[in-house]
Amino acid sequence: MISKLKYAFTHGSLSEAVHHALLMKASSIALLILMPLFIFIVGPMIGRPHDDVIAFFAKPFPAVVVALTFIVGFKHFSDGVQVLLEDYVHGTARKISILVMTCLSYAAMLIGLYAIIKIAL
Amino acid sequence: MADVNRGNRPLSPHLTIYRPQLTSMTSILTRITGNALLIASLLMVWWFLAAAISPEYFAVADWVLTSFLGDLILIGSVWALWYHLLAGVRHLIWDNALMLDIPTAEKLGWACVGGSFLLTLVTVFLV
Repeated sequence: MISKLKYAFTHGSLSEAVHHALLMKASSIALLILMPLFIFIVGPMIGRPHDDVIAFFAKPFPAVVVALTFIVGFKHFSDGVQVLLEDYVHGTARKISILVMTCLSYAAMLIGLYAIIKIAL
Repeated sequence: MADVNRGNRPLSPHLTIYRPQLTSMTSILTRITGNALLIASLLMVWWFLAAAISPEYFAVADWVLTSFLGDLILIGSVWALWYHLLAGVRHLIWDNALMLDIPTAEKLGWACVGGSFLLTLVTVFLV
């Protein structure tokens, strides 16, 4: 038997869940535009010489598409993987795994941003 | 809530005794593709980082991505991405309480599967 207070503490406030769902929805709509652009902009550059790649991503449009995709994409991944972990992992392992995946998502986002900014500027 | 009797209530069927349906399979596939896309995402970040650092480092990352295994991961991820995108659109439609009846939901499921393979072919052809 657990008290209602304990139940609320273990499951968190539901208003956070609404915020989470709305963030997922907003980022998914943004990615609907960004991901096809990313595929058709970045895809053809894989396997090309280094000079060509640097010259291409120094242009504003490809650079901005890549930067925005990294920001929105890794935020969307972070929010999505959190739900996956909340569904299948429990207790302390859940807290740790969510923390690790959130750190990984933001690290990847910022490393990607550093790279594209260094190339573009 | 907390003081509800949990011992003597009917349970919904567990996954293991449930007949697989197109709707449930396409649903779990959305989650699998979305999370599996981490691998290709990290490879792309690595590729850009290598390009930013030096031509020599770029040659290594580019070699990995254009190797047989790299191609396999990228083509698989392109399919996963198109599938996840189409399945996401399906959820955006469902969020408006539209097309939720079973025959239409099944058609949307087939559209996601078929559309993802079609878009992957188009991508491989164009990129």
